[in-house]
Amino acid sequence: MAARLPPWQMPSPETLNSNGLPQGPLVETRGLSHERAENGVSRRVMAIGDWSLQPGHHALLLGPSGSGKSTFINIVTGLLTPSHGELRVAGEPMSTLSPAGRDALRRRTIGLVFQTLRLIPALSVAGNLALAQKLALGVVDRAEIDRLIARVGLAHRAEARPRQLSQGEGQRAAIARALVTRPRLLVADEPTSALDDANAARMIDLMFETADATGATLLIATHDGRIAHRFANRLDLVAPQAPVTAAAA
Amino acid sequence: MIGLSLAYLRDRALNTALNILLLGLGVASLVILLLFSSQLENRFDRDAQGIDMVVGAKGSPLQLILSSVYHVDIPTGNVPLDTVELLRRQLGVAEAIPLALGDSFRSFRIVGTEPAYPALLGASLADGRMFAAPMEAVIGAEVATRTGAGLGQRFVGGHGMGGGDEGPKHEEQPFIVVGRLKPTGTVIDRLILTRVESVWSVHGIEAPHADDHHDGETAAEHAAHDHDGESAEEHAAHASPAEVTAVLVRFGSPIAAVRLPGFVNRQTNLQAAVPAVEVSRLLSLVGVGLDAVRAFAVLLMITAGLSIFVALLTALKEREADMAMLRVIGASRAAIIGQVASEGLILAAAGAALGLMLGHGVIALAAANIEQLHQLGLSAARFHPGEAWIVAAALAIGLIAALIPALRVLQSDIAETLANAR
Repeated sequence: MAARLPPWQMPSPETLNSNGLPQGPLVETRGLSHERAENGVSRRVMAIGDWSLQPGHHALLLGPSGSGKSTFINIVTGLLTPSHGELRVAGEPMSTLSPAGRDALRRRTIGLVFQTLRLIPALSVAGNLALAQKLALGVVDRAEIDRLIARVGLAHRAEARPRQLSQGEGQRAAIARALVTRPRLLVADEPTSALDDANAARMIDLMFETADATGATLLIATHDGRIAHRFANRLDLVAPQAPVTAAAA
Repeated sequence: MIGLSLAYLRDRALNTALNILLLGLGVASLVILLLFSSQLENRFDRDAQGIDMVVGAKGSPLQLILSSVYHVDIPTGNVPLDTVELLRRQLGVAEAIPLALGDSFRSFRIVGTEPAYPALLGASLADGRMFAAPMEAVIGAEVATRTGAGLGQRFVGGHGMGGGDEGPKHEEQPFIVVGRLKPTGTVIDRLILTRVESVWSVHGIEAPHADDHHDGETAAEHAAHDHDGESAEEHAAHASPAEVTAVLVRFGSPIAAVRLPGFVNRQTNLQAAVPAVEVSRLLSLVGVGLDAVRAFAVLLMITAGLSIFVALLTALKEREADMAMLRVIGASRAAIIGQVASEGLILAAAGAALGLMLGHGVIALAAANIEQLHQLGLSAARFHPGEAWIVAAALAIGLIAALIPALRVLQSDIAETLANAR
């Protein structure tokens, strides 16, 4: 029965919704695609169309380099405005909000993990988490920070500087920072491609575990086929499109 | 965000320290110059207070002022004693005080004058009484501390002024200290005051009687006095029979300021000099030098500003992705600008504080170790309003140096910056 499976293998949104998570899709796209002008020619760099991500339904965005994964992630996080279609995050129209509105929506609902660490090098691991909390929530919750650092297994490294961490430790610290603001959506861009098999598997385990513990839903973009089998909910992107004209679009 | 600024500054501590030092040196140079020139001018003003005009022998008016008001140069020569009476008879003269110079004791000048002189400079007795009889002396506060002379102390003056006790001593005519003055912060602290007659007496000149003003009478006695080894100028400066070196004049009415200098200058042997005019002439001469040094200090401060600019520009370039990251995790543009600006301001404030401490410290050291500066009354404890402007300029430099790279970075596309950093 589904109840015996680990949480990340429970695909039923109905079950999760009855567990207290908000109704409605966390991410929803309508006719979404993006074109970029290159040398005067409009070139389609990403086409998703209609898609939705239900709360608790961890999703994998799989595709080779240049298939538009990063473009999609930038649109989800409100860093980029799509040329066609619209995208909603937690019911709010991320693609049409003002820049300040997008900042606020992202701050409230999204945690980000990047391929490279991007922790602030001048601050300790705990300091990085505290800064993220301060920026997103306006308050610092020491207990929550300590709990998250312990959860990702870095309790002994809490006061270390990012440059003193190993790559695996840095990734774990980045996950802890993304989750410290209690986001509903945890977006990760290539979190495993720089890691060996064992570490990649451990990383995915950790992400599922911490996301479920904090009530976040994962949206992971990668070209790393090694982790594909772990996701029931997959969105496969195809290789680059041929150039299109404005009329064809 | 201030905490983040401090963390970044701590993260590159050496760079931060060097920039603070550089800015500190610029601020310190400007502070030293400001304090030095303002205190110098202030000292010039205080020493000349109440003295509207000085009458002395023909020569350089600046030299006359320096020798008789500030007691730093040798006099231009002597004038007949009846010059004093002549001046006192003039309309608009409130006071005319004679000065007879020529001797010194341990490089402190002995000034033959009247009790009106210390009164003019606002000096009052700390103990003892004012000089009355010839050979009685009242000493300035600094003379008292330096020589340790107490009331009743006898001493002999040496011929010559200020250059140590090189000249022959007047052993046969000792002075006796009858009073000591309170410190005034003016030149009088370094003077030994006595009656004009004492100076004559030391040099074997008899004081003229009230009805007897013939200058030639005591010439023979004067010749008997041993003046070997004197320079021609010092000889001229020396009080000869019934002469005084200069007369300090205080005007009673503004008309006198217009009429009297012309009247004095028409007399064959006299010239009038106005301290305010000569001092401003002197300061304009010294001022050229001060301006050059000031330009260097400004240059130093601009260099420090540039250095902070370069340091922040390089640091912020390395941190473009950090800043994009901060934006992504919820920092507003204003917060990022505020963070970078506070970094520049913290640098500048630390530099300014260091500069103020250095500047006042150097002034204190200089005043403690360099005799001439001490005599000028240089003080590290006094602050000048101009220092606030120097600090403001330093802060502005820090702020501008930080804001330019910050604005540059913020104009770039966050997604692109992050993509490039990935």
